[in-house]
Formats: sequence, C-alpha cells, structure tokens
Amino acid sequence: MAAVSLENITKTYDNGKVLAVDNVSFEVKEGELFGLIGPDGAGKTSIFRILTTVLLADKGQATVAGFEVVKDYRSIRSRVGYMPGKFSLYQDLTIKENLEFFATVFGTTIEENYELIKDIYDQIKPFNDRRAGKLSGGMKQKLALCCALIHKPEVLLLDEPTTGVDVVSRKEFWEMLKRLKKQGITILVSTPYMDEANLCERIALIQKGKIMSVDTPGNIINSFPTTLYAAKSADIYQLLNDLRANPEIESCYAFGEFLHVTLKDNQNGGADFLKNIAVSKGHSEILIKTITPGIEDSFIRLMNERPEEVRPGN
Amino acid sequence: MKQLFVFIRKEFFHVFRDRRTLLIMFGLPVVQILLFGFALTNEVKNAHIVISDNSGDVQTLQIINKIRASSYFTVEESVLNYKAIEKAFRRGEVKCALIFPAHFSEDLKHGGKTQVQIIADGSDPNTAKTIINYLTAIITDYQQQSSSSGLAYRIIPETRMLYNEEGNGSLNFIPGVMALILMIVCTALTSVSVVKEKELGTMEILLVSPFKPVLVLIAKAVPYLVLSFANFTLIVLLSVFVLDVEIKGSVILLFVESTLFIITCLSLGLLISNATSSQQTALLLSLMGMMLPTMIFTGFMFPLENMPWIFRMISNIVPAHWYFLIIKAVMLKGLGFEYIWKETLILIGMTIALLGIALKNFKIRL
Amino acid sequence: MEEKAIICKELTKQFGDFYAVNKISFEVSKGEIFGFLGANGAGKTTAMRILCGLSYPSSGTASVAGFDVYRQQESIKKNIGYMSQKFSLYENLTVLENIEFFGGVYGVSRKEIKERSNDLLETLGLQKESRKMVGELPLGWKQKLAFSVAIFHRPKIVFLDEPTGGVDPVTRRQFWDMIYEAAASGITVFVTTHYMDEAEYCNRISVMVDGRVEALDTPANLKHQFSADTIDEVFYQLARGAKRSAD
Repeated sequence: MAAVSLENITKTYDNGKVLAVDNVSFEVKEGELFGLIGPDGAGKTSIFRILTTVLLADKGQATVAGFEVVKDYRSIRSRVGYMPGKFSLYQDLTIKENLEFFATVFGTTIEENYELIKDIYDQIKPFNDRRAGKLSGGMKQKLALCCALIHKPEVLLLDEPTTGVDVVSRKEFWEMLKRLKKQGITILVSTPYMDEANLCERIALIQKGKIMSVDTPGNIINSFPTTLYAAKSADIYQLLNDLRANPEIESCYAFGEFLHVTLKDNQNGGADFLKNIAVSKGHSEILIKTITPGIEDSFIRLMNERPEEVRPGN
Repeated sequence: MKQLFVFIRKEFFHVFRDRRTLLIMFGLPVVQILLFGFALTNEVKNAHIVISDNSGDVQTLQIINKIRASSYFTVEESVLNYKAIEKAFRRGEVKCALIFPAHFSEDLKHGGKTQVQIIADGSDPNTAKTIINYLTAIITDYQQQSSSSGLAYRIIPETRMLYNEEGNGSLNFIPGVMALILMIVCTALTSVSVVKEKELGTMEILLVSPFKPVLVLIAKAVPYLVLSFANFTLIVLLSVFVLDVEIKGSVILLFVESTLFIITCLSLGLLISNATSSQQTALLLSLMGMMLPTMIFTGFMFPLENMPWIFRMISNIVPAHWYFLIIKAVMLKGLGFEYIWKETLILIGMTIALLGIALKNFKIRL
Repeated sequence: MEEKAIICKELTKQFGDFYAVNKISFEVSKGEIFGFLGANGAGKTTAMRILCGLSYPSSGTASVAGFDVYRQQESIKKNIGYMSQKFSLYENLTVLENIEFFGGVYGVSRKEIKERSNDLLETLGLQKESRKMVGELPLGWKQKLAFSVAIFHRPKIVFLDEPTGGVDPVTRRQFWDMIYEAAASGITVFVTTHYMDEAEYCNRISVMVDGRVEALDTPANLKHQFSADTIDEVFYQLARGAKRSAD
C-alpha cells in the first residue's frame, strides 16, 4: 500500500485564475524517502497543504497513510508529522516549552516517544532553556523536526525544510532524515535545491504545477537522452557566448566552473568538435570532457522540452 | 482537558514574555484614566458670559453677584439689547448670555414665579450644555437660599444637574474609558494573538494536530478573559482612589456586567482574527474599526442627542454603547438590575451572535 | 594600479561585546564579480549594510565607489544599486511604474527613463507585460526585472543579497548571464548566495566564518588550497568549525 498517493490533483486560486497544481499524480511507498524537487511557485506547498488536509483540492483524489484527505481528515491529522515551509515555532518559548507544548497538543509526552527524537534532541538539549527566537537556523530546524516527530507519525511531510539554511546545517539535516527513514517512517520532503535530489530514493521533478518526471535519481539521470559535455576556458563567459552562437549547439548552460553543453547531432567526436570551436575563437586553457549529467541537467532539459515553461506571463 | 490547560498556559507565557503586550494591557488603562480624568474633562472654567439685566432690581443683582463669585464664569458686561448680544456671540467673545426679563422681582413677589432666558453658543454643544447646567445650578442654589429665608417663589426653568451636582467632569468619562479600554485590550490583543499563529505557521501545525480547532479559540480567549478582568479591576480601583468616583450601585453587578462585555469583545476579536491573516491588518481593524466607533457612538465624548438620527441608529448596534449605558446606570446612578435588564439582554444577544459567527467561520482548513 | 571599487581595512562592527564583523579586510576591483559567502549568522548581512551606507562601522575603514562609509553615506547610496530576495519591487505597481519610480528615486531624467526602459523591456522580452502588475509575474521574471531596475541608474557597484533564492535552474542561469553582462559593462557586482555552484561563477569569493573573512581567493585557487573538488566542500570545511550561529 502506498503511504501517500495523489491522483489527478488540481488546485487553482483566485477563482481559477491561477493554476497552482495541474493534474498531479504520484505515489510514495511505505518507508520511502521521497523528494519533491522544484523552484518556488512550482506548487510544492499547495501539494503539502492538500496532503495535510488543510487545503481542499479542486479536483482529484489523495490519500495519506491509507486515509482519504477530505473524508478522513481527522485520522490523517493524528498520523502525520508536518513541518510547514514558513514554520518558525514560538519564538518566545524555550526549546523545552515548545516541545512540551506540541507533545501535549498531539496527545503525547516527550518521554513516550523519546527514542525517536533522541538523536536529534540530544544535539539541542544543552540549550533546553533558551528561547526559540535566540536559536540559530540549524538549531531551529532541529527543534522543528523534533516537534514534528514527537507523536511518532507514520508519515513525515517536510515542506522546504532546508530553504535559507546554510550548507553545513543542510548536510546535517539530511543525515537526520536518513536515520529516520531507517526507523521505518515514510518521508515526503520538498526542496528547491537540485543537489539534494540525489539524497532521496525517488523524486518528482515539478515545475509550474506539473510533474515533469517521477523516478529514482539514477533513472532520471540515465534517461538523459544525449551526451553531455563539460567545457571551460580562461574566459568562461566569452566561451558561453561563443558556443551559444554556434548553430550545432543544442544547449549551453553555466554549471559551476564548467559549461554544460549538448549537441543537436549526437555523434562521436563531440568533444573535439567543441574544442575546435573554442580554439577558432581564440580561447586558451581549454578543457572539454564528457560527463554524467546531474539532476539539474535533467531538470533544465525537461523544462526546455516545454518551451512555454520558460516564457514569462501566466 | 490537559491539552487545553497546556495551551492556556502557553498563552500566558506569550503574554508575560512580551513587554509590549503587557504595557498595552496595563499601561494603557492608567494613562487613559489619568488623561481623561484630569485633562479632558468637560469642566468649564472662566467662561465668558454676558448678562442682560432688564430688571435691575435687588434680586437680579444678587444672582449676578453669585455668578461673578463662581470660578466658572467671567461676566463680561451688561448689555441691554438683543442685537448687541448677538454681535458678541458672532465675534466668539462670549459662550453664553443670561437675560433677566423686566419686572423680575415684581413677578416673583406677585405671581410667585418668573423666567430667565439662557442662550448658549450651540456650535460647541459640550461646553454649552455644561454652562447651561452650571448656570441653572447657580440659580437653583439662589432660589433655595431665598426659600429658606422664608420667601417661597420659583424661578423657571427649574433645572438642576442630575447625578452630578458638584459638576465633576470625570464622572461621565469613567464608563466610557472602561468600554474603550476593554475594547482595545480584548479585541485587539485577542485577534492579534490568533493571527500571530497564522503568520508563524504554527496555525497550520495546530490544524494538522488532533487538537480540536475550536479549542484553539477557547484557549486563546481564556487568558485574555482573565487579564481583562484584572484590567477592569485596575480601572475601578484607579477611578475610586485616584479620581474619587463613588460606585453607587452594586459592585458585583458591575463586575458581572463587565464580564459579559469582555466576552463580547473577545468574540469580536476572534471574529476579526478569522477574517484577517496579518497582524497589522488585525490590529488596524481592531483599533480603527472598533476604537473609533466606541469613542463616537457610546456618547461619552460627544453627546448622542446632538447627532443626526443616522448616527443614533448606528449607535444601537455598537456593543460599547449598551455597556456604557449599563455602567453609567450601575456606577453613577446606583440603579439595580431591574433598570438595566433590557440593555443587558441586548448585550447578551450581541455576544451570542458574534461568538456564533466567530465559531462558525473558524476554518478547520486554511 | 587597478581601480578599486571597494576597499575594506580592519572593518569591525560591535554590538556590546559581540563582534558581528571582526576586522575584515578585502578589496574589490572595478568590474569584478565578488562572491560574499558565509554561513547563517556569520556577519554577511551586517557587513553588507555597512558597505551600502545603511549603518556605521565601530572601527576600521572602508570606502565604496571612492566614498567613505563614515562621512559620505549619501554619496555611496547614489552610486550603488541594491537588490535582495526579500525586497525588490512593488508588487502592486506595474512593470513600467516600478522602473519609472526607481529611476526617479535615483535622479535619472525623464527622457532617459523613457529610452532606457524601452531597451530594458526589449532585452527582457517584457514589452507585452509592461503594464502588468509586478505581482502577477513569475518569480524568476520578477528577480530578473529587479536586477535590471537595480542597475537602471548605471551604478558603480551593485549589491545582490541572495538574488536567486528559490528560482528555477534555467532562470537562475539567465540571471547570471545578466550579471556577467553588467560586469562586462564595468559595474562591480557584490553578491551573496546559498547556491555553491553560483560561487564558481564569481571572479573571486570570500568566505566569512564567525565575523571574520577566513578565505579569499579565486574559486580555483580556493579549491586547490583546500584540496577540494567543489566550492561546496571548501565552504563545508570552513563553516563546519563555526562556533556561533544566529539568524
């Protein structure tokens, strides 16, 4: 049985003028760590709110932990742990008071499910009497996770838990999620950071309310249909312009210190072809190689396959 | 039950840890009471009046001297014709004119009664009303003295200031300020505290929790009910000990009626919080939308009698208006429940309606 | 000598006994893209506020576009552009109204506003949307427009505070194309970001930890220095040791 399932879910705002979620269907298996990957405004938060029963979809069906989101909303509410995107706890309550409050609201105590949160709680326990408002971003995030876990939920729904948090805290956070997964909790997490996709078992790439692909990160990368080249030279910006100007180049985007390039005609010797262009334009320190694509490459490719997605306007 | 208790305790933490809220809560009543009590009274001092004495006999002179002697008036001059009086009014030099008819004394002696005319500057109704009250009080006073000396006669109009013989201006303000403060504290703070949860994102969590949504509202209301009660006590104490206002009626009745009004305000606050999603809007709506009508339509700052009928109609749907009437009756007039049951019933009706709408509108979803 | 857009020497901002910014020194050349990285609470925002002329340092010296941060804050403000993820444009004004407003604030003449805004709309492909409310535009387009508006008055330096947060990967790259273009035209770009791949696009980057600049060099040199494959790793090595963190 799927822990979370969505079937043709559609949600609009402003009397149908703004389409936030467009016919979305996917399933999260029991015990899975599933990532919903997409930029702001892709519809991630709306999906989370529909699943946590605080928002009603216009069309479609969804279940969480086997319960229907509209009919059985009460059953779902006691079975999910939820961290909303904007969630920031009670700033004027201490760590302990926050935790105790949420434990009680969910009809449990800190002691009852201590085992589950122990790992995470131990890290912030030394600051038990500090008010949440005085905590760092990373610590707040840990506290929020503890609060979401306190009633031992079957499904954990985390809406952009790592947004605005620095790299170090982000890494720690994903470590915690992995440990929770081992304890059998199903986790649905959303993020705008493409590099975090690889840390999930399966992912859904979402853009403008539409799911572009659902699969394991590996499969998504493997289904990249063409050879991907990385290129760099001393003047990378000029190289970008030179390559884009060439009619044989299908796409060329900056990726860190390299440019990621695909060719229209996927033939052998693409690397030499690129090198020739660079040399003829007078570039120095040229380095061209074939590379394995990342999730971000796939995301960009999928976006470009739907040209309307990169145009402005609604 | 334990959940509710923990929730309420949390609300108290919020209140006691937020200095700003505490300041609004307990600083405001003190400031308001002192401000209204001392600075903004209706009391009139050294008002300029003209007296036209068409009789010029002993008795009119005696009354004029009495008026001169009081600290309320500066007697300008004695003019004889009506046109001169009108001119003085137009120039804004005088606030009031007192006109004695000819044969004042003789009328009194022979007919046992006579009349005086008081003309006040109606462009400033509050002052005018007060001046008229003072003047009639002085004339009545004179009359009583004369009566006690054996001469039994009447001067018409025979008026005296009901319930406020000493002309204590702060009296009328106390019930108004009470209504105002309870309105601000209960309505504004309650609505803000609910909306704050929405802004923080914690409302989403609470909705998703098994905690009953309606209990959220109750938990939010209870601390403010208790605090408002404490607040009300503070106002009463301040009024009695600082402003020397005597509570003439039953203190218990006063508190019972006030508790009812606090619940009205809380319901209103919850209603506002349902309709808004940012703290600013909630605060603005509570302060501007509630405070202004309270100040205007209760009648404690501007007499309702002088307002156009449409305003008087509107005042009927302002809860604070009814509370003001109740408190005035209990506190200043010393009347019992039998005189205010109608007002109380109206207030109860409003409260049930407001609370009903608030609970019905509370969304179990976003 | 190369022209310097920003010069900081021992710049310090102290709140009580807390050093938000602790003796940072660096220089940014004209036309350079300078990445200003740091963990949450490392002091980035405080330093940026000083450089933008919004707050005074406690000690040390700094000049921005040739103006002193103590005495010439008003001149600094006239010569810089600023854009952040949180505040950029007025959502309930149209695209054109926003351009006109911000152009006017920085004293661009009416005639020039008209000319430049036509160019700007054409480059962004927003001609059709010029009378639309900014609030109706997708996030990525808003951010691109905000950047164009920030450099509309041709400032010497533009400060970008996490300009691409939450933006889709294609738009994010289009955004960086615009940054490169601005830098090529001589505008110095001072940028903070949480995307470590974007750090690689900068000419030089600095990493702040606990109020100090712990590393400053070109991305390639930094990777070499910390024997790391990516800037992400460099950052992780530096920031992991951070003692303090606050928002």
